Amino acid sequence: MNVSLDLILAQMMLGLSAGVFYAMLSLGLAIIFGLLNVINFAHGALYMLGAFVALIGHSYIGPWLGYEDFQLGFWPALIVAPLLVGCFGMLLERTMLRRLYQFDHIYGLLLTFGIALMLQGFFTNYFNVSGTPYGGQPESLNGIVNLGFMYFPKFRLFAIVMSIVVCFLTWFVIERTRLGAVLRAGVENPKLVQAFGINVPLMVTLTFGFGVALAALAGVLAAPIYSVSPLMGANLIIVVFAVVVIGGMGSIMGAIVTGLTLGLIQGLTKAIYPPAANTVIFFIMVIVLLVRPAGLFGKE
Amino acid sequence: MPEQAQTQARGRELLRIEGLNAWYGESHILHGIDFTVNEGEVVTLLGRNGAGRTTTLKSILGLVDRRTGSIRVNGSEIIKQPTHRIARMGMLGYCPEDRGIFSRLNVDENLSLPPRLGDGGMSVDEIYQMFPNLAERRSSRGTQLSGGEQQMLAMARILRTGASVLLLDEVTEGLAPVIVQALGETIRSLKDRGLTIVLVEQNFRFAAPLADRHYIIEHGRVAETIEASEIETKKDRINQYLSV
Repeated sequence: MNVSLDLILAQMMLGLSAGVFYAMLSLGLAIIFGLLNVINFAHGALYMLGAFVALIGHSYIGPWLGYEDFQLGFWPALIVAPLLVGCFGMLLERTMLRRLYQFDHIYGLLLTFGIALMLQGFFTNYFNVSGTPYGGQPESLNGIVNLGFMYFPKFRLFAIVMSIVVCFLTWFVIERTRLGAVLRAGVENPKLVQAFGINVPLMVTLTFGFGVALAALAGVLAAPIYSVSPLMGANLIIVVFAVVVIGGMGSIMGAIVTGLTLGLIQGLTKAIYPPAANTVIFFIMVIVLLVRPAGLFGKE
Repeated sequence: MPEQAQTQARGRELLRIEGLNAWYGESHILHGIDFTVNEGEVVTLLGRNGAGRTTTLKSILGLVDRRTGSIRVNGSEIIKQPTHRIARMGMLGYCPEDRGIFSRLNVDENLSLPPRLGDGGMSVDEIYQMFPNLAERRSSRGTQLSGGEQQMLAMARILRTGASVLLLDEVTEGLAPVIVQALGETIRSLKDRGLTIVLVEQNFRFAAPLADRHYIIEHGRVAETIEASEIETKKDRINQYLSV
Protein backbone atom coordinates (compact mmCIF):
# COMPACT_ATOMS: atom_id res chain seq x y z
CA MET A 1 0.00 0.00 0.00
CA ASN A 2 1.51 3.27 -1.04
CA VAL A 3 -0.26 6.30 0.38
CA SER A 4 1.50 9.61 0.12
CA LEU A 5 1.25 12.24 2.83
CA ASP A 6 -0.14 14.69 0.29
CA LEU A 7 -2.99 12.35 -0.50
CA ILE A 8 -3.78 11.89 3.17
CA LEU A 9 -3.76 15.64 3.79
CA ALA A 10 -5.88 16.22 0.72
CA GLN A 11 -8.47 13.68 1.79
CA MET A 12 -8.48 15.11 5.29
CA MET A 13 -9.25 18.56 3.88
CA LEU A 14 -12.14 17.09 1.94
CA GLY A 15 -13.20 15.20 5.06
CA LEU A 16 -13.09 18.42 7.03
CA SER A 17 -15.28 20.12 4.49
CA ALA A 18 -17.88 17.43 5.12
CA GLY A 19 -17.17 17.52 8.86
CA VAL A 20 -18.16 21.17 9.20
CA PHE A 21 -21.64 20.25 7.97
CA TYR A 22 -21.85 17.41 10.47
CA ALA A 23 -20.72 19.82 13.17
CA MET A 24 -23.23 22.57 12.32
CA LEU A 25 -26.14 20.15 12.08
CA SER A 26 -25.30 18.15 15.19
CA LEU A 27 -24.72 21.40 17.08
CA GLY A 28 -28.25 22.53 16.21
CA LEU A 29 -29.65 19.15 17.18
CA ALA A 30 -27.81 19.24 20.51
CA ILE A 31 -29.06 22.74 21.34
CA ILE A 32 -32.62 21.80 20.47
CA PHE A 33 -32.49 18.51 22.36
CA GLY A 34 -31.02 20.25 25.41
CA LEU A 35 -33.83 22.71 25.94
CA LEU A 36 -36.79 21.08 24.20
CA ASN A 37 -36.03 17.40 24.77
CA VAL A 38 -37.05 16.90 21.16
CA ILE A 39 -35.04 14.79 18.75
CA ASN A 40 -35.60 16.92 15.68
CA PHE A 41 -35.93 14.54 12.78
CA ALA A 42 -36.88 17.47 10.55
CA HIS A 43 -33.38 18.90 10.88
CA GLY A 44 -32.19 17.47 7.57
CA ALA A 45 -35.30 18.72 5.79
CA LEU A 46 -34.75 22.20 7.24
CA TYR A 47 -31.15 22.09 6.01
CA MET A 48 -32.56 21.23 2.59
CA LEU A 49 -35.05 24.08 2.95
CA GLY A 50 -32.14 26.48 3.59
CA ALA A 51 -30.46 25.34 0.38
CA PHE A 52 -33.74 25.74 -1.51
CA VAL A 53 -34.23 29.27 -0.23
CA ALA A 54 -30.83 30.08 -1.73
CA LEU A 55 -31.64 28.28 -4.99
CA ILE A 56 -35.12 29.70 -5.37
CA GLY A 57 -33.90 33.15 -4.39
CA HIS A 58 -31.22 32.99 -7.03
CA SER A 59 -32.92 31.32 -10.00
CA TYR A 60 -36.69 31.26 -9.56
CA ILE A 61 -38.10 34.06 -7.48
CA GLY A 62 -37.44 36.77 -10.06
CA PRO A 63 -39.34 35.07 -12.90
CA TRP A 64 -42.11 34.01 -10.51
CA LEU A 65 -42.64 37.57 -9.41
CA GLY A 66 -42.31 38.89 -12.94
CA TYR A 67 -39.04 40.72 -12.26
CA GLU A 68 -36.70 38.72 -14.48
CA ASP A 69 -33.66 40.61 -13.23
CA PHE A 70 -34.24 40.09 -9.55
CA GLN A 71 -31.85 37.66 -7.93
CA LEU A 72 -31.15 36.95 -4.29
CA GLY A 73 -27.38 36.65 -4.24
CA PHE A 74 -25.34 34.25 -2.16
CA TRP A 75 -24.37 36.80 0.50
CA PRO A 76 -27.91 37.99 1.21
CA ALA A 77 -29.04 34.35 1.14
CA LEU A 78 -26.62 33.61 4.00
CA ILE A 79 -28.78 35.95 6.10
CA VAL A 80 -32.22 35.55 4.52
CA ALA A 81 -32.36 31.73 4.45
CA PRO A 82 -31.56 31.20 8.16
CA LEU A 83 -34.02 33.98 9.04
CA LEU A 84 -36.84 32.57 6.93
CA VAL A 85 -36.27 28.96 7.91
CA GLY A 86 -35.73 30.00 11.55
CA CYS A 87 -39.13 31.74 11.52
CA PHE A 88 -40.69 28.68 9.92
CA GLY A 89 -39.15 26.59 12.70
CA MET A 90 -40.53 28.90 15.37
CA LEU A 91 -43.96 28.60 13.79
CA LEU A 92 -43.68 24.79 13.93
CA GLU A 93 -42.64 25.00 17.59
CA ARG A 94 -45.44 27.37 18.57
CA THR A 95 -48.22 25.58 16.73
CA MET A 96 -47.24 21.91 16.99
CA LEU A 97 -44.15 20.85 18.93
CA ARG A 98 -45.19 22.81 22.02
CA ARG A 99 -48.18 20.54 22.51
CA LEU A 100 -45.96 17.48 22.83
CA TYR A 101 -43.48 18.48 25.55
CA GLN A 102 -45.55 16.82 28.24
CA PHE A 103 -45.40 13.47 26.45
CA ASP A 104 -42.62 10.99 25.73
CA HIS A 105 -39.72 11.86 23.35
CA ILE A 106 -41.14 9.52 20.77
CA TYR A 107 -44.05 11.86 19.96
CA GLY A 108 -41.78 14.79 19.12
CA LEU A 109 -39.64 12.46 17.07
CA LEU A 110 -42.63 11.17 15.11
CA LEU A 111 -44.01 14.64 14.52
CA THR A 112 -40.71 16.01 13.24
CA PHE A 113 -40.21 12.91 11.11
CA GLY A 114 -43.61 13.53 9.56
CA ILE A 115 -42.75 17.16 8.94
CA ALA A 116 -39.51 16.06 7.25
CA LEU A 117 -41.40 13.68 4.95
CA MET A 118 -43.92 16.39 4.04
CA LEU A 119 -41.23 18.93 3.25
CA GLN A 120 -39.32 16.42 1.15
CA GLY A 121 -42.49 15.31 -0.61
CA PHE A 122 -43.42 18.90 -1.37
CA PHE A 123 -40.07 19.72 -2.94
CA THR A 124 -39.86 16.40 -4.77
CA ASN A 125 -43.10 17.37 -6.46
CA TYR A 126 -41.63 20.55 -7.92
CA PHE A 127 -37.89 19.96 -8.20
CA ASN A 128 -35.56 17.41 -9.68
CA VAL A 129 -34.70 14.69 -7.17
CA SER A 130 -31.28 14.22 -8.68
CA GLY A 131 -30.45 17.84 -7.93
CA THR A 132 -30.38 21.30 -9.43
CA PRO A 133 -27.05 23.12 -9.59
CA TYR A 134 -26.88 26.39 -7.65
CA GLY A 135 -25.54 29.13 -9.86
CA GLY A 136 -25.20 31.82 -7.26
CA GLN A 137 -21.69 31.15 -5.99
CA PRO A 138 -20.07 34.60 -5.76
CA GLU A 139 -17.24 35.31 -8.15
CA SER A 140 -14.91 36.30 -5.36
CA LEU A 141 -15.06 32.68 -4.14
CA ASN A 142 -14.52 31.08 -7.55
CA GLY A 143 -11.26 29.36 -8.31
CA ILE A 144 -8.81 27.39 -6.27
CA VAL A 145 -6.20 28.00 -3.58
CA ASN A 146 -2.82 26.31 -3.41
CA LEU A 147 -2.50 24.80 0.05
CA GLY A 148 0.94 23.36 -0.66
CA PHE A 149 -0.20 19.77 -0.57
CA MET A 150 -3.20 20.28 -2.82
CA TYR A 151 -5.23 22.74 -4.81
CA PHE A 152 -8.43 23.34 -2.90
CA PRO A 153 -11.59 25.06 -4.11
CA LYS A 154 -11.76 28.54 -2.61
CA PHE A 155 -15.44 28.21 -1.85
CA ARG A 156 -14.97 25.03 0.19
CA LEU A 157 -12.25 26.73 2.18
CA PHE A 158 -14.64 29.60 2.84
CA ALA A 159 -17.37 27.16 3.91
CA ILE A 160 -14.99 25.44 6.33
CA VAL A 161 -13.79 28.68 7.90
CA MET A 162 -17.26 30.19 8.13
CA SER A 163 -18.78 27.04 9.67
CA ILE A 164 -16.04 26.71 12.25
CA VAL A 165 -16.37 30.38 13.19
CA VAL A 166 -20.15 30.03 13.55
CA CYS A 167 -19.79 26.85 15.63
CA PHE A 168 -17.30 28.38 18.02
CA LEU A 169 -19.22 31.64 18.30
CA THR A 170 -22.26 29.57 19.26
CA TRP A 171 -20.21 27.66 21.79
CA PHE A 172 -18.86 30.92 23.21
CA VAL A 173 -22.30 32.49 23.58
CA ILE A 174 -23.71 29.39 25.28
CA GLU A 175 -20.81 28.64 27.62
CA ARG A 176 -19.38 32.07 28.36
CA THR A 177 -22.11 34.72 28.35
CA ARG A 178 -25.03 35.62 30.57
CA LEU A 179 -27.50 34.75 27.81
CA GLY A 180 -25.87 31.35 27.60
CA ALA A 181 -26.06 30.95 31.38
CA VAL A 182 -29.82 31.46 31.21
CA LEU A 183 -29.99 28.85 28.48
CA ARG A 184 -27.86 26.35 30.40
CA ALA A 185 -29.99 26.91 33.49
CA GLY A 186 -33.11 26.43 31.38
CA VAL A 187 -31.79 23.08 30.18
CA GLU A 188 -31.32 21.98 33.78
CA ASN A 189 -34.44 23.29 35.45
CA PRO A 190 -36.81 25.22 33.19
CA LYS A 191 -39.52 25.60 35.83
CA LEU A 192 -37.23 27.27 38.32
CA VAL A 193 -35.80 29.58 35.67
CA GLN A 194 -39.34 30.60 34.81
CA ALA A 195 -40.15 31.09 38.48
CA PHE A 196 -37.34 33.67 38.56
CA GLY A 197 -39.29 35.72 36.01
CA ILE A 198 -37.66 34.61 32.76
CA ASN A 199 -40.01 33.93 29.85
CA VAL A 200 -38.98 30.31 29.28
CA PRO A 201 -41.61 29.45 26.64
CA LEU A 202 -40.30 32.33 24.51
CA MET A 203 -36.73 31.18 25.13
CA VAL A 204 -37.69 27.68 23.95
CA THR A 205 -39.20 29.07 20.74
CA LEU A 206 -36.16 31.23 20.03
CA THR A 207 -33.79 28.36 20.76
CA PHE A 208 -35.61 26.10 18.34
CA GLY A 209 -35.52 28.90 15.78
CA PHE A 210 -31.79 29.30 16.30
CA GLY A 211 -31.03 25.58 15.98
CA VAL A 212 -33.08 25.44 12.81
CA ALA A 213 -31.40 28.58 11.46
CA LEU A 214 -28.03 26.84 11.88
CA ALA A 215 -29.31 24.01 9.71
CA ALA A 216 -30.51 26.48 7.09
CA LEU A 217 -27.16 28.27 7.14
CA ALA A 218 -25.44 24.95 6.53
CA GLY A 219 -27.87 24.40 3.67
CA VAL A 220 -26.92 27.69 2.01
CA LEU A 221 -23.23 26.86 2.40
CA ALA A 222 -23.85 23.43 0.90
CA ALA A 223 -25.80 24.71 -2.11
CA PRO A 224 -22.78 25.66 -4.26
CA ILE A 225 -20.83 22.53 -3.23
CA TYR A 226 -23.45 19.84 -3.71
CA SER A 227 -26.38 20.27 -6.03
CA VAL A 228 -29.63 21.30 -4.37
CA SER A 229 -31.98 18.35 -4.09
CA PRO A 230 -35.10 17.54 -2.07
CA LEU A 231 -33.32 14.55 -0.55
CA MET A 232 -30.00 16.23 0.29
CA GLY A 233 -31.00 16.51 3.92
CA ALA A 234 -32.30 12.97 4.23
CA ASN A 235 -28.96 11.61 3.05
CA LEU A 236 -26.93 13.80 5.35
CA ILE A 237 -29.05 13.52 8.46
CA ILE A 238 -28.44 9.79 8.81
CA VAL A 239 -24.73 10.44 9.18
CA VAL A 240 -25.43 13.38 11.48
CA PHE A 241 -27.52 11.23 13.81
CA ALA A 242 -24.64 8.77 13.95
CA VAL A 243 -22.40 11.72 14.87
CA VAL A 244 -24.83 12.74 17.58
CA VAL A 245 -24.93 9.21 18.98
CA ILE A 246 -21.12 9.08 19.03
CA GLY A 247 -20.74 12.50 20.64
CA GLY A 248 -23.59 12.18 23.10
CA MET A 249 -26.54 14.56 23.31
CA GLY A 250 -25.40 16.53 26.32
CA SER A 251 -22.57 18.71 25.18
CA ILE A 252 -22.21 21.69 22.85
CA MET A 253 -18.48 21.32 22.43
CA GLY A 254 -18.98 17.57 22.07
CA ALA A 255 -21.24 18.08 19.07
CA ILE A 256 -18.75 20.39 17.36
CA VAL A 257 -15.65 18.32 18.05
CA THR A 258 -17.29 15.02 17.14
CA GLY A 259 -18.65 16.44 13.88
CA LEU A 260 -15.28 17.78 12.78
CA THR A 261 -13.35 14.71 13.93
CA LEU A 262 -15.63 12.26 12.18
CA GLY A 263 -15.35 14.27 8.98
CA LEU A 264 -11.57 14.00 9.27
CA ILE A 265 -11.73 10.28 10.00
CA GLN A 266 -13.97 9.76 7.01
CA GLY A 267 -11.48 11.63 4.81
CA LEU A 268 -8.61 9.65 6.22
CA THR A 269 -10.40 6.40 5.52
CA LYS A 270 -10.92 7.52 1.96
CA ALA A 271 -7.17 7.84 1.57
CA ILE A 272 -6.23 4.63 3.31
CA TYR A 273 -9.04 2.23 2.52
CA PRO A 274 -11.63 3.88 0.24
CA PRO A 275 -14.29 1.15 0.33
CA ALA A 276 -14.82 1.73 4.06
CA ALA A 277 -15.24 5.52 3.79
CA ASN A 278 -19.02 5.47 3.86
CA THR A 279 -19.32 2.97 6.67
CA VAL A 280 -16.53 4.02 9.02
CA ILE A 281 -18.78 6.43 10.95
CA PHE A 282 -21.35 3.73 11.59
CA PHE A 283 -18.61 1.35 12.59
CA ILE A 284 -17.41 3.88 15.18
CA MET A 285 -21.00 4.37 16.28
CA VAL A 286 -21.37 0.67 16.99
CA ILE A 287 -18.16 0.60 19.04
CA VAL A 288 -19.15 3.71 21.01
CA LEU A 289 -22.60 2.27 21.71
CA LEU A 290 -21.02 -0.91 23.04
CA VAL A 291 -18.34 0.78 25.14
CA ARG A 292 -19.92 4.07 26.17
CA PRO A 293 -23.64 4.13 25.41
CA ALA A 294 -24.09 7.74 26.53
CA GLY A 295 -21.63 8.92 23.87
CA LEU A 296 -18.10 10.28 24.16
CA PHE A 297 -19.18 13.60 25.68
CA GLY A 298 -22.48 12.49 27.17
CA LYS A 299 -23.17 12.03 30.86
CA GLU A 300 -23.48 8.42 31.90
CA MET B 1 -61.53 46.69 65.69
CA PRO B 2 -58.19 45.97 67.28
CA GLU B 3 -57.34 43.33 64.69
CA GLN B 4 -57.69 45.77 61.83
CA ALA B 5 -55.55 48.33 63.60
CA GLN B 6 -52.89 45.71 63.99
CA THR B 7 -52.99 44.82 60.30
CA GLN B 8 -52.53 48.45 59.31
CA ALA B 9 -49.58 48.85 61.62
CA ARG B 10 -47.95 45.92 59.85
CA GLY B 11 -48.18 47.55 56.44
CA ARG B 12 -50.16 46.86 53.32
CA GLU B 13 -51.20 43.44 52.18
CA LEU B 14 -48.75 41.92 49.69
CA LEU B 15 -50.16 38.45 49.35
CA ARG B 16 -53.74 37.26 49.80
CA ILE B 17 -54.67 33.68 49.09
CA GLU B 18 -58.28 32.55 49.13
CA GLY B 19 -59.76 29.14 48.48
CA LEU B 20 -56.63 27.85 46.78
CA ASN B 21 -56.98 24.34 45.36
CA ALA B 22 -54.13 22.62 43.53
CA TRP B 23 -53.56 19.39 41.65
CA TYR B 24 -50.63 17.36 40.41
CA GLY B 25 -52.11 15.28 37.63
CA GLU B 26 -55.11 13.61 39.24
CA SER B 27 -54.02 14.08 42.82
CA HIS B 28 -55.80 16.90 44.58
CA ILE B 29 -53.24 18.33 47.02
CA LEU B 30 -54.62 21.66 48.26
CA HIS B 31 -58.24 21.90 49.39
CA GLY B 32 -58.90 25.58 49.93
CA ILE B 33 -55.92 27.36 51.48
CA ASP B 34 -56.52 30.87 52.86
CA PHE B 35 -53.89 33.19 54.27
CA THR B 36 -52.52 36.68 53.96
CA VAL B 37 -49.09 38.21 54.27
CA ASN B 38 -48.51 41.90 54.90
CA GLU B 39 -45.53 44.00 53.98
CA GLY B 40 -42.55 43.46 56.25
CA GLU B 41 -43.93 40.35 57.93
CA VAL B 42 -42.33 36.98 58.40
CA VAL B 43 -44.99 34.28 58.13
CA THR B 44 -44.45 30.55 58.41
CA LEU B 45 -46.32 27.63 56.94
CA LEU B 46 -45.89 24.81 59.43
CA GLY B 47 -47.03 21.25 59.18
CA ARG B 48 -46.07 17.69 58.58
CA ASN B 49 -44.51 16.32 55.43
CA GLY B 50 -47.11 16.00 52.73
CA ALA B 51 -49.48 18.50 54.34
CA GLY B 52 -49.25 20.78 51.31
CA ARG B 53 -46.84 23.53 52.40
CA THR B 54 -44.42 23.18 49.49
CA THR B 55 -47.33 22.81 47.10
CA THR B 56 -48.74 26.07 48.45
CA LEU B 57 -45.56 27.94 47.51
CA LYS B 58 -45.44 26.22 44.14
CA SER B 59 -49.09 27.06 43.49
CA ILE B 60 -48.43 30.73 44.12
CA LEU B 61 -45.80 30.59 41.36
CA GLY B 62 -47.91 28.48 39.03
CA LEU B 63 -45.61 25.45 39.24
CA VAL B 64 -48.41 22.94 39.76
CA ASP B 65 -50.43 21.24 37.03
CA ARG B 66 -53.72 22.96 37.89
CA ARG B 67 -54.99 25.40 40.49
CA THR B 68 -58.19 27.26 41.31
CA GLY B 69 -59.13 29.95 43.80
CA SER B 70 -57.64 33.37 44.18
CA ILE B 71 -54.06 34.56 44.59
CA ARG B 72 -53.56 38.30 44.82
CA VAL B 73 -50.07 39.76 44.82
CA ASN B 74 -49.65 43.52 45.23
CA GLY B 75 -53.42 43.72 44.76
CA SER B 76 -53.51 41.96 41.36
CA GLU B 77 -55.07 38.59 40.70
CA ILE B 78 -52.42 36.27 39.26
CA ILE B 79 -54.03 32.84 39.25
CA LYS B 80 -54.37 32.89 35.47
CA GLN B 81 -50.93 34.36 34.72
CA PRO B 82 -47.96 32.37 33.43
CA THR B 83 -45.18 31.68 35.92
CA HIS B 84 -42.67 34.22 34.65
CA ARG B 85 -45.19 37.04 34.87
CA ILE B 86 -46.20 36.09 38.40
CA ALA B 87 -42.61 36.43 39.60
CA ARG B 88 -42.42 39.92 38.11
CA MET B 89 -45.87 41.14 39.16
CA GLY B 90 -45.44 39.98 42.72
CA MET B 91 -41.71 40.71 42.90
CA LEU B 92 -41.43 37.21 44.31
CA GLY B 93 -38.09 35.58 45.09
CA TYR B 94 -38.31 31.80 45.29
CA CYS B 95 -35.90 29.50 47.08
CA PRO B 96 -37.00 25.92 46.33
CA GLU B 97 -36.76 23.00 48.71
CA ASP B 98 -34.04 21.28 46.67
CA ARG B 99 -32.23 24.67 46.52
CA GLY B 100 -32.22 24.57 42.74
CA ILE B 101 -28.53 25.34 42.30
CA PHE B 102 -27.55 24.90 38.66
CA SER B 103 -24.69 22.45 38.23
CA ARG B 104 -23.65 23.79 34.84
CA LEU B 105 -23.33 27.32 36.22
CA ASN B 106 -20.62 28.60 38.55
CA VAL B 107 -21.37 30.56 41.72
CA ASP B 108 -21.18 33.92 39.98
CA GLU B 109 -23.48 32.76 37.18
CA ASN B 110 -25.93 31.20 39.62
CA LEU B 111 -25.95 34.45 41.54
CA SER B 112 -26.61 36.66 38.55
CA LEU B 113 -29.10 34.34 36.84
CA PRO B 114 -32.43 35.66 38.19
CA PRO B 115 -33.36 38.93 36.47
CA ARG B 116 -33.93 42.10 38.48
CA LEU B 117 -37.54 42.43 39.58
CA GLY B 118 -37.39 45.75 41.39
CA ASP B 119 -35.16 48.42 42.87
CA GLY B 120 -33.39 47.95 46.13
CA GLY B 121 -31.79 44.60 45.45
CA MET B 122 -28.45 43.98 47.07
CA SER B 123 -25.34 44.41 44.96
CA VAL B 124 -23.10 41.43 44.32
CA ASP B 125 -20.48 42.98 46.64
CA GLU B 126 -23.00 43.36 49.45
CA ILE B 127 -24.06 39.76 48.97
CA TYR B 128 -20.51 38.49 49.12
CA GLN B 129 -20.06 40.52 52.32
CA MET B 130 -23.13 38.88 53.78
CA PHE B 131 -22.00 35.41 52.66
CA PRO B 132 -18.19 35.49 52.71
CA ASN B 133 -17.97 31.72 52.04
CA LEU B 134 -19.53 32.24 48.64
CA ALA B 135 -17.05 34.96 47.72
CA GLU B 136 -14.19 32.50 48.10
CA ARG B 137 -15.87 30.07 45.75
CA ARG B 138 -17.10 32.44 43.05
CA SER B 139 -15.85 30.38 40.14
CA SER B 140 -16.72 26.94 41.52
CA ARG B 141 -19.50 25.00 39.87
CA GLY B 142 -22.72 25.36 41.84
CA THR B 143 -22.97 21.74 42.86
CA GLN B 144 -19.40 21.57 44.15
CA LEU B 145 -20.53 23.64 47.13
CA SER B 146 -21.46 22.11 50.46
CA GLY B 147 -25.13 21.85 51.39
CA GLY B 148 -24.89 24.94 53.58
CA GLU B 149 -23.14 26.94 50.89
CA GLN B 150 -25.73 25.90 48.33
CA GLN B 151 -28.46 27.08 50.68
CA MET B 152 -26.69 30.42 51.15
CA LEU B 153 -26.36 30.73 47.37
CA ALA B 154 -30.02 29.89 46.81
CA MET B 155 -31.01 32.69 49.20
CA ALA B 156 -28.33 35.11 48.02
CA ARG B 157 -29.39 34.98 44.40
CA ILE B 158 -32.93 36.13 45.16
CA LEU B 159 -31.65 39.00 47.30
CA ARG B 160 -29.87 40.43 44.27
CA THR B 161 -33.12 40.74 42.31
CA GLY B 162 -34.82 43.30 44.51
CA ALA B 163 -37.65 40.86 45.21
CA SER B 164 -39.91 42.21 47.95
CA VAL B 165 -41.47 38.89 48.97
CA LEU B 166 -39.23 35.89 49.61
CA LEU B 167 -40.73 32.42 49.43
CA LEU B 168 -38.32 30.14 51.30
CA ASP B 169 -38.94 26.41 51.27
CA GLU B 170 -37.33 24.34 54.06
CA VAL B 171 -34.14 26.37 54.17
CA THR B 172 -32.85 24.60 57.29
CA GLU B 173 -33.42 21.06 56.07
CA GLY B 174 -30.39 18.82 56.47
CA LEU B 175 -28.06 21.58 57.65
CA ALA B 176 -25.74 21.63 60.66
CA PRO B 177 -26.94 23.58 63.73
CA VAL B 178 -24.27 26.28 63.31
CA ILE B 179 -25.46 26.94 59.77
CA VAL B 180 -29.11 26.92 60.82
CA GLN B 181 -28.23 29.57 63.39
CA ALA B 182 -26.47 31.66 60.75
CA LEU B 183 -29.52 31.36 58.50
CA GLY B 184 -31.71 32.56 61.35
CA GLU B 185 -29.55 35.65 61.69
CA THR B 186 -29.70 36.19 57.94
CA ILE B 187 -33.48 36.02 57.92
CA ARG B 188 -33.69 38.44 60.84
CA SER B 189 -31.46 40.93 59.06
CA LEU B 190 -33.58 40.59 55.91
CA LYS B 191 -36.67 41.32 57.97
CA ASP B 192 -34.95 44.40 59.38
CA ARG B 193 -34.36 45.54 55.81
CA GLY B 194 -38.13 45.46 55.34
CA LEU B 195 -38.40 42.30 53.27
CA THR B 196 -41.51 40.16 53.50
CA ILE B 197 -40.88 36.47 54.02
CA VAL B 198 -42.97 33.32 53.73
CA LEU B 199 -41.14 30.48 55.39
CA VAL B 200 -42.06 26.86 54.92
CA GLU B 201 -40.58 25.11 57.93
CA GLN B 202 -40.59 21.93 59.87
CA ASN B 203 -38.16 23.17 62.46
CA PHE B 204 -40.52 25.05 64.77
CA ARG B 205 -37.76 26.08 67.15
CA PHE B 206 -36.04 27.78 64.23
CA ALA B 207 -39.20 29.47 63.00
CA ALA B 208 -40.79 30.50 66.29
CA PRO B 209 -38.55 33.45 67.21
CA LEU B 210 -38.49 34.78 63.64
CA ALA B 211 -42.13 34.83 62.63
CA ASP B 212 -44.99 37.25 63.20
CA ARG B 213 -47.56 34.59 62.47
CA HIS B 214 -47.76 30.86 61.88
CA TYR B 215 -50.19 29.01 59.65
CA ILE B 216 -50.49 25.34 60.39
CA ILE B 217 -51.30 23.41 57.24
CA GLU B 218 -52.94 20.03 57.41
CA HIS B 219 -54.53 17.97 54.63
CA GLY B 220 -54.22 20.86 52.20
CA ARG B 221 -56.00 23.41 54.42
CA VAL B 222 -54.99 25.98 57.00
CA ALA B 223 -55.89 24.18 60.21
CA GLU B 224 -54.90 26.92 62.61
CA THR B 225 -53.54 30.46 62.63
CA ILE B 226 -51.24 31.32 65.49
CA GLU B 227 -49.96 34.81 66.19
CA ALA B 228 -46.45 35.12 67.61
CA SER B 229 -47.97 36.29 70.91
CA GLU B 230 -50.04 33.11 71.22
CA ILE B 231 -47.19 30.64 70.98
CA GLU B 232 -46.97 30.04 74.75
CA THR B 233 -50.68 29.53 75.28
CA LYS B 234 -51.11 27.30 72.24
CA LYS B 235 -47.93 25.32 72.69
CA ASP B 236 -49.70 22.00 73.24
CA ARG B 237 -51.80 22.33 70.15
CA ILE B 238 -48.79 23.22 68.03
CA ASN B 239 -46.97 20.13 69.28
CA GLN B 240 -50.02 18.07 68.54
CA TYR B 241 -50.11 19.32 64.94
CA LEU B 242 -46.42 18.91 64.30
CA SER B 243 -45.74 15.61 66.04
CA VAL B 244 -45.63 12.66 63.75
